[in-house]
Amino acid sequence: MNNTMEGDRIAVDSGQGLSVGLQVAGIGARSYAFLIDWHLRVLLAVAWLLLCLAAGWLAKRYALPLPGRGVASTLVTLPASALYLLYHPVLEVLMQGSSPGKRMAGVRVVAQDGRSAGVSAHLLRNVFRLIDSMPMFYCVGVVCCLVTQRQVRLGDLAAGTVLVYVAHDARELRRAIGRHAHGGGHDPELLRLAADVLARWKELDEPRRRELAANLLTRLGEAPGAELDVTQLHARLTALTAAVGST
Amino acid sequence: MNTSSPRGLQRWLLGREASWHRLAAWVESSRDGGTRDSAEVIAIARAHAGLATDVGLARSVLGTRVDLTLRLEALLAASSARLYRTPARWRDQARRLFGTTIALRMRALRARLAVVVSIFALAALAGAWLVNRFPELAGLIASEGMIRSVQSGELWTDGLLAVVPPAFLAFSIMSNNIVVALFAFTLGSFYGLGTLYILLMNGFMLGGAFAFTARYDLADELFRFVIAHGVVELSVICIAATAGVSLGEALARPGPHSRARAFQRAVIEAGQVLLVCVLFLVGAGIIEGYVSPNDSYPLAARVVIGCAFEFLLFVVMSGMWKRSPTA
Repeated sequence: MNNTMEGDRIAVDSGQGLSVGLQVAGIGARSYAFLIDWHLRVLLAVAWLLLCLAAGWLAKRYALPLPGRGVASTLVTLPASALYLLYHPVLEVLMQGSSPGKRMAGVRVVAQDGRSAGVSAHLLRNVFRLIDSMPMFYCVGVVCCLVTQRQVRLGDLAAGTVLVYVAHDARELRRAIGRHAHGGGHDPELLRLAADVLARWKELDEPRRRELAANLLTRLGEAPGAELDVTQLHARLTALTAAVGST
Repeated sequence: MNTSSPRGLQRWLLGREASWHRLAAWVESSRDGGTRDSAEVIAIARAHAGLATDVGLARSVLGTRVDLTLRLEALLAASSARLYRTPARWRDQARRLFGTTIALRMRALRARLAVVVSIFALAALAGAWLVNRFPELAGLIASEGMIRSVQSGELWTDGLLAVVPPAFLAFSIMSNNIVVALFAFTLGSFYGLGTLYILLMNGFMLGGAFAFTARYDLADELFRFVIAHGVVELSVICIAATAGVSLGEALARPGPHSRARAFQRAVIEAGQVLLVCVLFLVGAGIIEGYVSPNDSYPLAARVVIGCAFEFLLFVVMSGMWKRSPTA
């Protein structure tokens, strides 16, 4: 696979001679994902501490045997620290470049060529959090994101990784198919109007075709770009009216 | 199929829908590709190839900015990432790492390691001389409680196990050492200066601690405490610092590559060495938690443990165990 980087998109070769683009995630999406993850791991660690406190209180109340001070502090702090420190590296490895926060923000860690990043890359990018978080509040990481073309922190530069938007969503795909195959979600009157325009297509001159098609597509929520020619506008109207045409 | 007519387009969409959903379900499943049978793999590869054709068709018929085209492209990107992912062969990778890679990396770092060890030794000597000459400098390397303990003729490690259980001690020491090693490595990103700082600080503290305890005839006790874990611990810190220095060197002298590319290569290569270092620090932490503060271990046993562990580090790092007798 021969993958390239153009601006804020990574062109990934599908292996079938066709490239598809991955949108590089900016500092906003990155921060959003981090904040969710940070809250999650703090909540988990605090939940563990509260659980230990509750267990201690119950043990005291019902005169149950308690472990020694050293053992108790080990039992309290060890899992809480592990939850906090290992959250990112472990989840990124297990979830293949994702984490609950990244999933909610719709982003994923990939290698610079758009392929899935390896285990070592995930571990290394997380080791560099030590530097990225210096001196406080991820200052080094934020500055690095602001000055790099791909908006990556030092850990990503070191491990050769990038954060990209995950555009694939099975539910959205199903809806898009439904819209095109069954005309789902569109006003039937508008679809009939579009079918009428298509039926009279040959009788209309080109500026009129463009005007009508663009108007209808906009009202159908498809927002055609200015770069579309008349043939493409025709194709899109045809796709939208497919369901009406078949009934 | 004539997709420019409404009926043709609808037939195409409905005909291909099931294949796309199957592929989407595979992309979203967490099962590893290696456990599938060949018929399933062929079906997935065919669905992927079919999707690539569909994306081409959707681009030309529907346009490139239509939601369906964009959704199909996203599915194609996701299935490409999944299909062309390098398989995780943990056992092979571990065998290669310990068999050849680590030895090669260490050979490449040999000259830098010698420099790093020399700097560390010089810092230790400087620390020892300074604390010996100016005893008040002990405040820089030890807390007031530690100083008071030494002045009253006891090492701060005496009776440690009575206060903290070995498991907790081992874990806290281990995590502290790992963080120091990781800092020594990652601070190399500042052109090696951060690594140098960690190295000088640790060398100064070691030398200073020995000089300070020697003033109260406790240097033997300190040696007795550190010998079992300290040899490997210090070796690993030096190796991690060498890895950090190589990052700084990649930034300062990137050679034929761009600075970013050279840095990335240095991180990945040195990162493999660091992984082995972390494993040895786990071992050193366990020894420091269970053996070092335990008075029932005589000095000879401690020396044997320390030397044996150091020998193991040497064998792993040099790849000696993998070499055939004829090589």
